[in-house]
Amino acid sequence: MSIALKRYRSISRISGPLLFVEAVRGVAYGELVRIETPSGEERRGQVLEVTDRFAVIQVFEGTEGLSLDKTAVKFTGETIKLPVSGDLLGRIFNGRGDPIDGGPQIVPEDYWDIHGMPINPSSREHPREFIQTGISAIDGLYTLVRGQKLPIFSGSGLPHNTLAAQIARQAKVLGKEEEAVVVLATMGITAEEARFFIEDFRSRGVMDHIVLFINLANDPAIERIITPRLALTCAEYLAFHEGYHVLTLLTDMTNYAEALREVSAARREVPGRRGYPGYLYTDLATIYERCGRIHGVKGSHTVFPILTMPHDDITHPVPDLTAYITEGQIILSRAMHRKGIYPPIDILPSLSRLMRTGIGEGRTRFDHREVADCCYYAYAEGVSLRELIAVIGEAGLTARDRLYLQFADEFEKRFVNQGVYEERSIEETLDLMWDVLSILPERELKRADPKTIEWAKQQGKYKYRSS
Amino acid sequence: MERRGRIVRIAGPVVEAEGVAGVRMYEVVRVGELGLIGEVIRVEGDRCTIQVYEETTGLRPGEPVVATGEPLSVELGPGLIGHIFDGVQRPLTRLQLIVGDFISRGVSIEALDRSRRWLFKPTVKVGDVVGEGDIIGVVQETPMVEHRVMAPIGVRGVVRRVEEGEFTVNDVVVSVETERGMVGLTMLQRWPVRKPRPYARKLPVEEPLITGQRVLDTLFPLALGGTAAIPGGFGTGKTIMQHQLAKWASADIVIYVGCGERGNEMAEVLEDFPKLTDPRTGRPLMERTVLIANVSNMPIAAREASIYTGVTIAEYFRDMGYNVALMADSTSRWAEALREISGRLGEIPGEEGYPPYLASRLAEFYERAGKVEALGRPVRTGSVSIIGAVSPPGGDFSEPVTVNTLRIVRVFWALDEELARRRHFPAVNWLRSYSLYRDELEAWFRRKLDPEWSNMIRECMYILQREEELKEIVQLVGPDALSDEQRSILEVARMIREDFLAQHAYHPVDTYSDLEKTRIILGIILDFYRFTSESVKKGVALHRILDLPIRGEIARLKIRPLEELRGIADSLRTDMERQFRELMKEV
Repeated sequence: MSIALKRYRSISRISGPLLFVEAVRGVAYGELVRIETPSGEERRGQVLEVTDRFAVIQVFEGTEGLSLDKTAVKFTGETIKLPVSGDLLGRIFNGRGDPIDGGPQIVPEDYWDIHGMPINPSSREHPREFIQTGISAIDGLYTLVRGQKLPIFSGSGLPHNTLAAQIARQAKVLGKEEEAVVVLATMGITAEEARFFIEDFRSRGVMDHIVLFINLANDPAIERIITPRLALTCAEYLAFHEGYHVLTLLTDMTNYAEALREVSAARREVPGRRGYPGYLYTDLATIYERCGRIHGVKGSHTVFPILTMPHDDITHPVPDLTAYITEGQIILSRAMHRKGIYPPIDILPSLSRLMRTGIGEGRTRFDHREVADCCYYAYAEGVSLRELIAVIGEAGLTARDRLYLQFADEFEKRFVNQGVYEERSIEETLDLMWDVLSILPERELKRADPKTIEWAKQQGKYKYRSS
Repeated sequence: MERRGRIVRIAGPVVEAEGVAGVRMYEVVRVGELGLIGEVIRVEGDRCTIQVYEETTGLRPGEPVVATGEPLSVELGPGLIGHIFDGVQRPLTRLQLIVGDFISRGVSIEALDRSRRWLFKPTVKVGDVVGEGDIIGVVQETPMVEHRVMAPIGVRGVVRRVEEGEFTVNDVVVSVETERGMVGLTMLQRWPVRKPRPYARKLPVEEPLITGQRVLDTLFPLALGGTAAIPGGFGTGKTIMQHQLAKWASADIVIYVGCGERGNEMAEVLEDFPKLTDPRTGRPLMERTVLIANVSNMPIAAREASIYTGVTIAEYFRDMGYNVALMADSTSRWAEALREISGRLGEIPGEEGYPPYLASRLAEFYERAGKVEALGRPVRTGSVSIIGAVSPPGGDFSEPVTVNTLRIVRVFWALDEELARRRHFPAVNWLRSYSLYRDELEAWFRRKLDPEWSNMIRECMYILQREEELKEIVQLVGPDALSDEQRSILEVARMIREDFLAQHAYHPVDTYSDLEKTRIILGIILDFYRFTSESVKKGVALHRILDLPIRGEIARLKIRPLEELRGIADSLRTDMERQFRELMKEV
């Protein structure tokens, strides 16, 4: 329906980020609204609820400075759309999708609705292409595959952004010279953090394969509701229309959820846990589920959300609901960080649900599953012994126990720990696992097939020497 | 006459309309210019409230709302098996052909393919009297499933005409002269999803649903026609367990409802099931499976409907005389859909924002499980077993959905974060879980499997219980405080956990454990326990026992196929006895 944009001055109430407009006609649910402020600037909003008498609008740039009498509202008749084109590559936008790099406006080939549409489950291809991040802990223990959604759960003060940038820098699929693209959306991060990302990309000269959507801590909070959607729409266009392999980083999803909570509170909705709206799960799903692979389509879309757990609490609704939707989680640990280990990954509770289909012969190496299992169990044993020592002391330990303790320490220091600019191939990662496992005698490697151990011995990868 | 009104309010998936004459609760309406599917959930004077099963963005007040006169119904007939549908039974594979890889709105498409022809073989002849539920003919729907076409509810009369040959679901195959005149019966019938399908009578359960998962089949068995819940925090393996059940459960038909879960997981089912074979028939598993998918970014109202769509299809196959297993993953997402709709209606919330009727809705759903004698002739029994996954926020089992589910279901498979972290899968906690069917099923196990079965289970549970007590002592004073006898219990418990209860879902052999295989392994471990206690009492040092070669043999039992196991079980026992006797001779 195309009607000339009608201006309304009938605002009856302003509450938090919401405007209530009376006596409207023909307004569509979800449509884009332009708001003229008393000072003449233009802001944007979206219809959250509409009746035959009034409409409720959330204003992305905030309601500061708006008045009942001097503010005008125009309904555009359109839903919020992103102008898409191959020219998006290399550009920097603000959290509302306006260019902020001094470059020209995008000449669009099309306009895509930022809410996207769900991928038909029967069109999906199960993800199974191994992405090498060059980070041993991730490649070895929590293997990432194209089309996966794998979040980083972190805490304030931990190096999640450093890790994210390293992943963005190093991620590649082996044996394929295909073009990879990174789309980054920031929600409420500091200007320094944003600069870190931009400088990191610039210094490597890869800016032409990056798209940035930047909402900073001092940008309007409500804008954060659309920032990730703009980025995901851009990513979907590049992946499923242009055929790129896209990695989307979203940081920090906790700030996004807080913006959602603010709107929900202003609407006086019945709150769920910790004041977050009852539909937080569904809402987060509409973001994370946009990754994937489609049968017969060249590109792929991998999503890497990053979130900080308030008070390091993993049962907080944002990490909790995220982990219910995503295909695993990589958890950063303050204890590991204090020990000076980078990346400070909490080994035991971290998980990649799609690892199984991404590893093995022809993808990584045939011994991957077994050597990873051996390391995981040996490390778990070592950690539980550390806990036991804390209670009863070292006196009662057997020689076997001491080996496991040594294993856990060396595993952290030699395998997990690596440099921010250090890139290890999957071969190096797997060999390093065998190398650390050489602390343990063969009979302790119950998770590996004796034939695999024999192979590792012959190759000189596993070299236990009883002392 | 068309009953038509107009939209007056839109808030997310909830739309209010006025002016629809004589609108009824749960009537299906078409909303807006696009004709989106919706269902009436409140009527107030001239106004009604509608939950819309598709995305509502772009709707405007004033757009039309048209009543259909029908409640939300599913199509029942040949063409269900092996297909994937959305929450309101739109066929996703055919939808993809029409609108592409992304699901768009307002597409009207029939659930069952109207162009497909099925070979119909009648089982009635002219002159027969047929009544509701009688089987009038059969169609070989897949090599695994014979689709039994039943006379719909309400039909009674004399057969006047019978067709045999290839027909579509819309063609009349049997004509019946009833009191109200001639009625043409097709292979297709419709049934409202919120109304349980009728049956002659409910029967007591007596037979287990064999899952091929050792921890479930032994310690916490589920009955054919029973109900079970799988609560567990994220990462505890709910979905893998549901997939395992869908793959290996001894049901004739499996209905898998992916309710608010991941799209990539549904893709995995769609890729794996046609390749995996059923251990009983050797046919691809897809030939007995119906998939319902409302993944987490598909419309929320359709999530609420998906559970009912699934259970109605399950009841339909039950009525043919089949044992049907329905997996719902996850019922928490369904409950959240209820909560969201309730919130938009402005209802007074109960606990944690869930509507006060959460408990009764859950009870109504699980009550549709059961073993029944179906209506009509020939006399047949069928069952629906329901297994619901629950996703408690923060892994906290005291939240409303878990609590209210546990009040209804009779089997509780508690998934444990600690076990999952130690990568012990299935992470079913043996101390917290329970099955209330154990007594009812005891006779069956005694008769079909082993007269000593319940004693074996009791002994196994006793060892696991003792382990827990002893571990507490170790936590307090260290392992040195235990006697050899106590430490031997810890060692046997470890064997039960690692060599018996733990099962590898992706190991080609271990993924499915035949009941007989399960019994052999448990029997051997319990023998080992008896020999160990005897030897320890006689003064054999525990470490000598732990070094026995038989231990390694036992650890490998689970990766041996049943036939191999049968062959070696006796010699293994003899070996074990010999090894122990030698140890005892030495002291």
